[in-house]
Amino acid sequence: MLAKRIIPCLDCDLQVPHGRVVKGVEFKQIRYAGEPVELATKYYEDGADEIVFLDITASHERRETMAHVIEDTTENVFVPICVGGGIRKPQDYVKMLKAGADKCSTNTAAIQNPELINEASKVVGSQACVIGIDAKRIYVENPKESDDKIIVETPEGYCWYDCSIYGGREFTGIDAISWAMECQDRGAGEILLTSMDRDGTKDGYDIPLTLSMSENLDIPVIASGGVGTPEHIYEAFSKGKADAALAASIFHFNEYPVPIVKDYLKEKGIEVRV
Amino acid sequence: MITIIDYGTGNLKSIRNGFLKAGEKVKITNNILEIEKADSIVLPGVGAFGMAMNNLKGFEEVIHKHINDGKPFLGVCLGLQLLFTKSHESKGVKGLDVFKGEVARLPKGMKIPHMGWNNLNIRSNCPLFEGIGNEYVYFVHSYYVKPEDTDIIAATVDYGIELTAAVCQDNVFATQFHPEKSGEIGLEILRNFINYIH
Repeated sequence: MLAKRIIPCLDCDLQVPHGRVVKGVEFKQIRYAGEPVELATKYYEDGADEIVFLDITASHERRETMAHVIEDTTENVFVPICVGGGIRKPQDYVKMLKAGADKCSTNTAAIQNPELINEASKVVGSQACVIGIDAKRIYVENPKESDDKIIVETPEGYCWYDCSIYGGREFTGIDAISWAMECQDRGAGEILLTSMDRDGTKDGYDIPLTLSMSENLDIPVIASGGVGTPEHIYEAFSKGKADAALAASIFHFNEYPVPIVKDYLKEKGIEVRV
Repeated sequence: MITIIDYGTGNLKSIRNGFLKAGEKVKITNNILEIEKADSIVLPGVGAFGMAMNNLKGFEEVIHKHINDGKPFLGVCLGLQLLFTKSHESKGVKGLDVFKGEVARLPKGMKIPHMGWNNLNIRSNCPLFEGIGNEYVYFVHSYYVKPEDTDIIAATVDYGIELTAAVCQDNVFATQFHPEKSGEIGLEILRNFINYIH
Protein backbone atom coordinates (compact mmCIF):
# COMPACT_ATOMS: atom_id res chain seq x y z
CA MET A 1 0.00 0.00 0.00
CA LEU A 2 1.17 3.51 -0.76
CA ALA A 3 2.55 5.17 2.35
CA LYS A 4 1.62 8.69 3.45
CA ARG A 5 4.61 10.96 3.01
CA ILE A 6 6.25 13.21 5.59
CA ILE A 7 8.02 16.12 3.94
CA PRO A 8 10.27 18.60 5.73
CA CYS A 9 10.33 21.97 3.97
CA LEU A 10 13.42 24.16 3.87
CA ASP A 11 12.72 27.85 3.24
CA CYS A 12 16.06 28.99 1.88
CA ASP A 13 17.60 32.44 1.94
CA LEU A 14 20.27 32.19 -0.74
CA GLN A 15 21.82 35.60 -0.26
CA VAL A 16 24.67 34.17 1.80
CA PRO A 17 27.18 31.52 0.66
CA HIS A 18 25.68 27.98 0.90
CA GLY A 19 22.35 29.59 1.81
CA ARG A 20 20.54 29.40 5.12
CA VAL A 21 17.22 27.93 6.16
CA VAL A 22 14.87 30.46 7.69
CA LYS A 23 11.54 30.26 9.36
CA GLY A 24 9.35 33.27 9.84
CA VAL A 25 5.86 33.68 11.21
CA GLU A 26 3.92 35.12 8.31
CA PHE A 27 7.19 36.36 6.86
CA LYS A 28 8.10 38.23 10.04
CA GLN A 29 10.28 37.32 13.04
CA ILE A 30 12.80 35.35 10.99
CA ARG A 31 14.69 32.56 12.79
CA TYR A 32 17.68 30.73 11.31
CA ALA A 33 17.65 26.96 11.39
CA GLY A 34 20.91 26.01 9.67
CA GLU A 35 22.41 25.38 6.23
CA PRO A 36 20.16 23.75 3.59
CA VAL A 37 22.50 20.86 2.67
CA GLU A 38 23.19 20.04 6.30
CA LEU A 39 19.53 20.08 7.32
CA ALA A 40 18.41 18.08 4.28
CA THR A 41 20.99 15.41 5.09
CA LYS A 42 19.82 15.26 8.69
CA TYR A 43 16.18 14.86 7.63
CA TYR A 44 17.13 12.17 5.14
CA GLU A 45 18.91 10.26 7.89
CA ASP A 46 15.87 10.77 10.14
CA GLY A 47 13.62 9.08 7.56
CA ALA A 48 11.99 11.99 5.69
CA ASP A 49 10.18 10.68 2.61
CA GLU A 50 10.93 13.67 0.44
CA ILE A 51 12.48 17.12 0.91
CA VAL A 52 11.23 20.45 -0.40
CA PHE A 53 13.56 23.42 -0.93
CA LEU A 54 11.86 26.77 -1.38
CA ASP A 55 13.96 29.71 -2.51
CA ILE A 56 12.30 32.58 -0.66
CA THR A 57 14.57 35.09 -2.39
CA ALA A 58 13.52 33.61 -5.74
CA SER A 59 15.52 35.96 -7.88
CA HIS A 60 17.19 35.11 -11.15
CA GLU A 61 20.76 35.23 -9.78
CA ARG A 62 19.94 32.88 -6.92
CA ARG A 63 18.87 30.03 -9.17
CA GLU A 64 22.50 29.12 -9.75
CA THR A 65 23.02 28.97 -5.99
CA MET A 66 19.95 26.74 -5.62
CA ALA A 67 21.23 24.39 -8.32
CA HIS A 68 24.50 24.04 -6.37
CA VAL A 69 22.61 23.39 -3.13
CA ILE A 70 20.67 20.60 -4.88
CA GLU A 71 23.83 19.14 -6.40
CA ASP A 72 25.54 19.02 -3.03
CA THR A 73 22.46 17.63 -1.31
CA THR A 74 21.92 14.76 -3.75
CA GLU A 75 25.42 13.43 -3.12
CA ASN A 76 24.19 12.12 0.22
CA VAL A 77 20.40 12.33 0.12
CA PHE A 78 18.58 9.49 -1.65
CA VAL A 79 14.95 10.50 -1.47
CA PRO A 80 12.99 12.69 -3.90
CA ILE A 81 13.78 16.40 -3.91
CA CYS A 82 11.37 19.18 -4.89
CA VAL A 83 12.51 22.74 -5.62
CA GLY A 84 10.36 25.85 -5.62
CA GLY A 85 10.91 29.56 -6.07
CA GLY A 86 11.95 31.33 -9.23
CA ILE A 87 10.88 28.51 -11.58
CA ARG A 88 9.39 30.39 -14.53
CA LYS A 89 10.29 28.58 -17.76
CA PRO A 90 10.51 24.94 -18.86
CA GLN A 91 14.31 25.43 -18.98
CA ASP A 92 14.26 26.23 -15.25
CA TYR A 93 12.69 22.80 -14.64
CA VAL A 94 15.32 21.13 -16.78
CA LYS A 95 18.11 22.95 -14.96
CA MET A 96 16.88 21.85 -11.52
CA LEU A 97 16.26 18.27 -12.65
CA LYS A 98 19.76 18.11 -14.10
CA ALA A 99 21.10 19.31 -10.74
CA GLY A 100 19.43 16.27 -9.15
CA ALA A 101 15.94 17.48 -8.24
CA ASP A 102 12.95 15.28 -9.06
CA LYS A 103 10.21 17.89 -9.05
CA CYS A 104 9.78 21.64 -9.32
CA SER A 105 7.05 23.66 -7.71
CA THR A 106 5.65 26.82 -9.28
CA ASN A 107 3.10 29.20 -7.88
CA THR A 108 3.07 32.81 -9.11
CA ALA A 109 4.58 31.95 -12.50
CA ALA A 110 1.84 29.37 -13.19
CA ILE A 111 -0.97 31.75 -12.26
CA GLN A 112 0.49 34.47 -14.47
CA ASN A 113 1.14 32.04 -17.32
CA PRO A 114 -0.94 28.84 -17.00
CA GLU A 115 0.48 27.55 -20.32
CA LEU A 116 3.72 26.98 -18.41
CA ILE A 117 2.11 23.91 -16.83
CA ASN A 118 1.26 22.40 -20.24
CA GLU A 119 4.71 23.15 -21.61
CA ALA A 120 6.68 22.00 -18.57
CA SER A 121 4.71 18.78 -18.16
CA LYS A 122 5.41 17.94 -21.80
CA VAL A 123 9.13 18.55 -21.34
CA VAL A 124 9.77 16.96 -17.94
CA GLY A 125 6.58 14.96 -17.29
CA SER A 126 3.63 15.58 -14.99
CA GLN A 127 5.34 13.87 -12.06
CA ALA A 128 7.89 16.71 -11.98
CA CYS A 129 5.31 19.52 -12.13
CA VAL A 130 4.12 20.51 -8.68
CA ILE A 131 1.83 23.51 -8.34
CA GLY A 132 2.07 25.51 -5.15
CA ILE A 133 -1.20 27.09 -4.09
CA ASP A 134 -1.33 29.58 -1.22
CA ALA A 135 -5.00 29.83 -0.27
CA LYS A 136 -6.74 32.25 2.06
CA ARG A 137 -10.26 32.03 3.34
CA ILE A 138 -12.76 34.64 2.19
CA TYR A 139 -15.88 34.24 4.32
CA VAL A 140 -19.31 34.66 2.79
CA GLU A 141 -22.62 35.36 4.47
CA ASN A 142 -24.74 33.41 2.09
CA PRO A 143 -23.12 30.39 0.39
CA LYS A 144 -25.66 30.49 -2.45
CA GLU A 145 -24.67 33.98 -3.59
CA SER A 146 -21.15 33.12 -4.73
CA ASP A 147 -22.01 31.02 -7.74
CA ASP A 148 -18.61 31.29 -9.43
CA LYS A 149 -16.66 30.14 -6.36
CA ILE A 150 -16.43 26.74 -4.69
CA ILE A 151 -17.83 27.27 -1.20
CA VAL A 152 -16.45 25.23 1.66
CA GLU A 153 -18.09 24.81 5.02
CA THR A 154 -15.71 25.36 7.95
CA PRO A 155 -16.33 25.48 11.70
CA GLU A 156 -15.86 29.26 11.40
CA GLY A 157 -18.45 29.66 8.64
CA TYR A 158 -18.79 29.35 4.87
CA CYS A 159 -15.89 30.54 2.75
CA TRP A 160 -14.13 30.24 -0.55
CA TYR A 161 -10.37 30.23 -0.98
CA ASP A 162 -8.49 33.03 -2.70
CA CYS A 163 -5.14 32.25 -4.41
CA SER A 164 -2.33 34.49 -3.35
CA ILE A 165 0.89 35.14 -5.25
CA TYR A 166 4.30 36.58 -4.43
CA GLY A 167 4.47 34.60 -1.21
CA GLY A 168 1.19 35.90 0.16
CA ARG A 169 1.77 39.56 -0.62
CA GLU A 170 -0.87 39.82 -3.32
CA PHE A 171 -4.31 38.26 -3.85
CA THR A 172 -5.72 37.31 -7.21
CA GLY A 173 -9.42 36.65 -6.63
CA ILE A 174 -8.90 33.26 -8.29
CA ASP A 175 -10.76 30.41 -6.63
CA ALA A 176 -8.06 28.04 -5.32
CA ILE A 177 -9.97 24.79 -5.77
CA SER A 178 -11.07 25.60 -9.34
CA TRP A 179 -7.51 26.66 -10.10
CA ALA A 180 -6.13 23.36 -8.76
CA MET A 181 -8.54 21.45 -11.02
CA GLU A 182 -7.39 23.51 -14.00
CA CYS A 183 -3.75 22.78 -13.09
CA GLN A 184 -4.53 19.07 -13.04
CA ASP A 185 -6.13 19.30 -16.50
CA ARG A 186 -3.10 21.18 -17.80
CA GLY A 187 -0.72 18.44 -16.64
CA ALA A 188 0.26 19.20 -13.05
CA GLY A 189 1.26 16.10 -11.11
CA GLU A 190 0.73 17.28 -7.56
CA ILE A 191 -0.60 20.20 -5.51
CA LEU A 192 1.37 21.71 -2.64
CA LEU A 193 -1.44 23.36 -0.73
CA THR A 194 -0.63 25.99 1.89
CA SER A 195 -3.22 27.62 4.09
CA MET A 196 -2.36 31.30 4.47
CA ASP A 197 -4.71 31.51 7.44
CA ARG A 198 -2.84 28.78 9.31
CA ASP A 199 0.74 29.25 8.10
CA GLY A 200 2.99 29.94 11.08
CA THR A 201 0.19 29.61 13.65
CA LYS A 202 0.78 26.01 14.82
CA ASP A 203 -3.01 25.67 15.12
CA GLY A 204 -3.12 22.76 12.67
CA TYR A 205 -3.71 22.45 8.93
CA ASP A 206 -6.87 23.90 7.40
CA ILE A 207 -8.69 20.57 7.26
CA PRO A 208 -11.81 21.67 5.31
CA LEU A 209 -9.51 23.16 2.64
CA THR A 210 -7.33 20.04 2.49
CA LEU A 211 -10.33 17.73 2.30
CA SER A 212 -12.06 19.77 -0.37
CA MET A 213 -8.90 19.78 -2.52
CA SER A 214 -8.32 16.04 -2.06
CA GLU A 215 -11.90 15.23 -2.99
CA ASN A 216 -11.92 17.43 -6.08
CA LEU A 217 -8.60 16.19 -7.48
CA ASP A 218 -7.16 12.92 -8.76
CA ILE A 219 -3.56 14.05 -8.27
CA PRO A 220 -1.87 13.96 -4.84
CA VAL A 221 -2.31 16.83 -2.39
CA ILE A 222 0.42 17.89 0.05
CA ALA A 223 -1.04 19.63 3.11
CA SER A 224 0.95 22.60 4.36
CA GLY A 225 0.67 25.50 6.77
CA GLY A 226 -0.10 25.46 10.47
CA VAL A 227 1.32 22.22 11.79
CA GLY A 228 2.30 22.33 15.43
CA THR A 229 1.99 18.73 16.65
CA PRO A 230 2.05 15.18 15.24
CA GLU A 231 -1.69 15.07 15.86
CA HIS A 232 -2.15 17.82 13.27
CA ILE A 233 -0.37 15.63 10.73
CA TYR A 234 -2.62 12.72 11.69
CA GLU A 235 -5.67 14.94 11.04
CA ALA A 236 -4.35 15.99 7.62
CA PHE A 237 -4.33 12.30 6.63
CA SER A 238 -7.36 10.97 8.50
CA LYS A 239 -9.76 13.92 8.07
CA GLY A 240 -8.15 15.94 5.25
CA LYS A 241 -7.37 12.88 3.09
CA ALA A 242 -4.01 14.41 2.16
CA ASP A 243 -1.40 12.23 0.47
CA ALA A 244 1.52 13.95 2.13
CA ALA A 245 2.11 16.44 4.93
CA LEU A 246 4.68 19.19 4.81
CA ALA A 247 6.15 20.83 7.88
CA ALA A 248 9.05 23.09 8.72
CA SER A 249 9.51 24.46 12.20
CA ILE A 250 8.47 21.35 14.14
CA PHE A 251 11.41 19.63 12.45
CA HIS A 252 13.88 22.52 12.36
CA PHE A 253 13.77 23.30 16.02
CA ASN A 254 13.57 19.64 17.02
CA GLU A 255 10.15 20.00 18.59
CA TYR A 256 9.02 16.77 16.94
CA PRO A 257 11.73 15.00 14.93
CA VAL A 258 10.64 12.92 11.91
CA PRO A 259 10.95 9.51 13.69
CA ILE A 260 8.71 10.68 16.55
CA VAL A 261 6.07 11.88 14.08
CA LYS A 262 6.20 8.63 12.12
CA ASP A 263 5.98 6.44 15.21
CA TYR A 264 2.95 8.42 16.33
CA LEU A 265 1.25 8.05 12.95
CA LYS A 266 1.99 4.34 12.78
CA GLU A 267 0.50 3.83 16.20
CA LYS A 268 -2.63 5.64 15.01
CA GLY A 269 -2.91 3.24 12.08
CA ILE A 270 -1.57 5.47 9.29
CA GLU A 271 0.57 3.73 6.67
CA VAL A 272 4.03 5.31 6.88
CA ARG A 273 7.51 4.23 5.89
CA VAL A 274 9.45 3.46 9.06
CA MET B 1 32.90 0.16 -12.90
CA ILE B 2 29.28 0.83 -13.80
CA THR B 3 28.56 2.38 -17.19
CA ILE B 4 25.41 4.49 -17.34
CA ILE B 5 24.04 5.09 -20.81
CA ASP B 6 23.38 8.78 -21.39
CA TYR B 7 20.75 8.97 -24.10
CA GLY B 8 19.38 12.39 -23.29
CA THR B 9 16.84 11.62 -20.62
CA GLY B 10 16.74 13.63 -17.40
CA ASN B 11 18.45 13.03 -14.15
CA LEU B 12 21.52 10.81 -14.41
CA LYS B 13 23.18 12.47 -11.46
CA SER B 14 21.00 10.73 -8.88
CA ILE B 15 21.70 7.22 -10.13
CA ARG B 16 25.39 8.05 -10.42
CA ASN B 17 25.45 9.41 -6.85
CA GLY B 18 23.63 6.30 -5.68
CA PHE B 19 26.28 3.97 -7.11
CA LEU B 20 29.09 6.17 -5.82
CA LYS B 21 27.57 6.08 -2.35
CA ALA B 22 27.13 2.33 -2.65
CA GLY B 23 30.85 2.12 -3.31
CA GLU B 24 31.31 1.69 -7.06
CA LYS B 25 32.97 3.77 -9.77
CA VAL B 26 30.64 5.15 -12.41
CA LYS B 27 31.00 6.34 -15.96
CA ILE B 28 28.23 8.25 -17.72
CA THR B 29 28.60 8.07 -21.47
CA ASN B 30 26.88 8.26 -24.82
CA ASN B 31 29.96 6.91 -26.61
CA ILE B 32 29.02 3.67 -28.29
CA LEU B 33 32.57 2.28 -28.15
CA GLU B 34 32.70 2.79 -24.41
CA ILE B 35 29.33 1.14 -23.99
CA GLU B 36 30.54 -1.78 -26.09
CA LYS B 37 33.52 -2.22 -23.76
CA ALA B 38 31.47 -1.88 -20.58
CA ASP B 39 31.46 -4.71 -18.04
CA SER B 40 28.06 -3.71 -16.76
CA ILE B 41 25.46 -1.33 -18.09
CA VAL B 42 22.77 0.71 -16.38
CA LEU B 43 19.90 1.99 -18.50
CA PRO B 44 18.12 4.77 -16.59
CA GLY B 45 15.21 6.72 -17.92
CA VAL B 46 12.52 9.23 -17.22
CA GLY B 47 10.12 10.34 -19.92
CA ALA B 48 8.10 8.83 -22.72
CA PHE B 49 8.69 5.39 -24.25
CA GLY B 50 8.66 6.58 -27.87
CA MET B 51 11.06 9.43 -27.36
CA ALA B 52 13.42 7.21 -25.38
CA MET B 53 13.47 4.51 -28.08
CA ASN B 54 14.13 7.21 -30.64
CA ASN B 55 17.07 8.49 -28.57
CA LEU B 56 18.35 4.93 -28.19
CA LYS B 57 18.71 4.50 -31.96
CA GLY B 58 22.21 3.26 -32.60
CA PHE B 59 22.57 1.84 -29.10
CA GLU B 60 20.13 -1.05 -29.55
CA GLU B 61 22.62 -3.43 -31.08
CA VAL B 62 25.27 -2.96 -28.37
CA ILE B 63 22.65 -3.36 -25.65
CA HIS B 64 21.46 -6.63 -27.17
CA LYS B 65 25.02 -7.87 -27.59
CA HIS B 66 25.86 -6.92 -23.99
CA ILE B 67 22.85 -8.85 -22.71
CA ASN B 68 23.42 -11.85 -25.00
CA ASP B 69 27.05 -12.01 -23.89
CA GLY B 70 25.76 -12.56 -20.37
CA LYS B 71 27.11 -9.27 -18.98
CA PRO B 72 25.27 -7.58 -16.09
CA PHE B 73 22.52 -5.14 -17.06
CA LEU B 74 20.28 -3.02 -14.86
CA GLY B 75 17.29 -1.05 -16.15
CA VAL B 76 15.59 1.53 -13.94
CA CYS B 77 12.00 2.82 -14.33
CA LEU B 78 11.60 3.60 -18.04
CA GLY B 79 14.77 1.53 -18.43
CA LEU B 80 12.67 -1.45 -17.32
CA GLN B 81 9.79 -0.68 -19.66
CA LEU B 82 12.10 -0.29 -22.67
CA LEU B 83 13.15 -3.95 -22.30
CA PHE B 84 9.65 -5.03 -23.36
CA THR B 85 8.06 -5.51 -26.76
CA LYS B 86 5.87 -2.42 -26.97
CA SER B 87 4.05 0.22 -24.95
CA HIS B 88 0.57 1.73 -25.03
CA GLU B 89 2.28 5.04 -24.32
CA SER B 90 3.80 5.18 -27.80
CA LYS B 91 1.85 3.00 -30.19
CA GLY B 92 3.76 1.63 -33.16
CA VAL B 93 7.15 2.00 -31.47
CA LYS B 94 9.07 -1.21 -30.96
CA GLY B 95 10.84 -1.65 -27.64
CA LEU B 96 14.12 -3.49 -27.07
CA ASP B 97 12.05 -6.69 -26.89
CA VAL B 98 14.46 -8.43 -24.52
CA PHE B 99 11.35 -9.60 -22.68
CA LYS B 100 8.05 -10.46 -24.35
CA GLY B 101 5.13 -8.43 -23.15
CA GLU B 102 3.61 -4.99 -23.30
CA VAL B 103 3.60 -1.85 -21.21
CA ALA B 104 0.10 -0.68 -20.29
CA ARG B 105 -1.33 2.44 -18.67
CA LEU B 106 -2.24 2.09 -14.99
CA PRO B 107 -5.95 1.36 -14.69
CA LYS B 108 -8.42 4.15 -13.94
CA GLY B 109 -9.61 4.49 -10.38
CA MET B 110 -6.17 4.81 -8.84
CA LYS B 111 -4.22 8.04 -8.68
CA ILE B 112 -1.94 8.32 -11.71
CA PRO B 113 1.05 8.56 -11.62
CA HIS B 114 1.64 5.91 -8.98
CA MET B 115 3.90 8.18 -6.98
CA GLY B 116 5.39 7.60 -3.58
CA TRP B 117 6.64 4.91 -1.27
CA ASN B 118 5.16 1.46 -1.64
CA ASN B 119 6.25 -1.86 -0.19
CA LEU B 120 7.68 -4.72 -2.20
CA ASN B 121 6.53 -8.31 -2.29
CA ILE B 122 9.63 -10.27 -3.18
CA ARG B 123 8.69 -13.14 -5.46
CA SER B 124 11.96 -14.85 -6.34
CA ASN B 125 15.48 -15.25 -5.04
CA CYS B 126 16.86 -12.64 -7.41
CA PRO B 127 20.36 -11.50 -6.32
CA LEU B 128 19.12 -7.88 -6.43
CA PHE B 129 16.90 -8.55 -3.40
CA GLU B 130 19.35 -10.51 -1.30
CA GLY B 131 18.58 -9.57 2.30
CA ILE B 132 15.69 -7.31 1.25
CA GLY B 133 12.23 -7.99 2.65
CA ASN B 134 8.86 -6.32 2.51
CA GLU B 135 10.47 -2.87 2.25
CA TYR B 136 9.27 0.52 1.02
CA VAL B 137 10.80 1.84 -2.19
CA TYR B 138 10.02 4.92 -4.24
CA PHE B 139 7.87 4.68 -7.36
CA VAL B 140 6.84 7.26 -9.90
CA HIS B 141 5.24 5.94 -13.08
CA SER B 142 2.03 5.96 -15.10
CA TYR B 143 2.64 2.79 -17.11
CA TYR B 144 3.47 -0.73 -15.95
CA VAL B 145 4.93 -3.84 -17.55
CA LYS B 146 2.99 -7.03 -18.20
CA PRO B 147 5.57 -9.79 -18.77
CA GLU B 148 4.29 -12.78 -20.79
CA ASP B 149 6.67 -15.00 -18.86
CA THR B 150 5.64 -14.37 -15.27
CA ASP B 151 8.65 -16.34 -14.03
CA ILE B 152 10.84 -13.28 -14.64
CA ILE B 153 8.87 -11.25 -12.06
CA ALA B 154 11.18 -10.77 -9.08
CA ALA B 155 9.02 -8.41 -7.04
CA THR B 156 5.54 -6.96 -7.15
CA VAL B 157 3.77 -4.05 -5.49
CA ASP B 158 0.14 -3.59 -4.51
CA TYR B 159 -1.46 -0.49 -6.01
CA GLY B 160 -5.07 -1.56 -6.29
CA ILE B 161 -3.82 -4.26 -8.61
CA GLU B 162 -0.61 -6.21 -8.25
CA LEU B 163 2.05 -4.53 -10.39
CA THR B 164 5.43 -5.82 -11.47
CA ALA B 165 8.01 -3.90 -9.45
CA ALA B 166 11.11 -5.71 -10.72
CA VAL B 167 12.19 -8.40 -13.16
CA CYS B 168 15.26 -10.65 -13.10
CA GLN B 169 16.49 -13.15 -15.61
CA ASP B 170 20.05 -14.42 -15.47
CA ASN B 171 22.22 -11.32 -16.04
CA VAL B 172 19.34 -8.91 -16.69
CA PHE B 173 17.79 -6.95 -13.83
CA ALA B 174 15.29 -4.11 -13.96
CA THR B 175 13.21 -2.17 -11.46
CA GLN B 176 10.10 -0.06 -11.92
CA PHE B 177 10.97 1.85 -8.75
CA HIS B 178 13.95 4.15 -8.30
CA PRO B 179 16.60 2.52 -6.08
CA GLU B 180 18.55 5.79 -6.20
CA LYS B 181 15.61 7.57 -4.55
CA SER B 182 14.66 4.79 -2.14
CA GLY B 183 16.82 5.70 0.83
CA GLU B 184 19.13 3.18 2.48
CA ILE B 185 17.13 0.22 1.14
CA GLY B 186 17.64 1.52 -2.38
CA LEU B 187 21.38 1.81 -1.79
CA GLU B 188 21.33 -1.78 -0.49
CA ILE B 189 19.73 -2.90 -3.77
CA LEU B 190 22.42 -1.04 -5.73
CA ARG B 191 25.05 -2.72 -3.52
CA ASN B 192 23.51 -6.09 -4.39
CA PHE B 193 23.93 -5.29 -8.07
CA ILE B 194 27.54 -4.28 -7.41
CA ASN B 195 28.14 -7.56 -5.57
CA TYR B 196 26.65 -9.45 -8.50
CA ILE B 197 28.99 -7.84 -11.03
CA HIS B 198 32.13 -8.57 -9.00
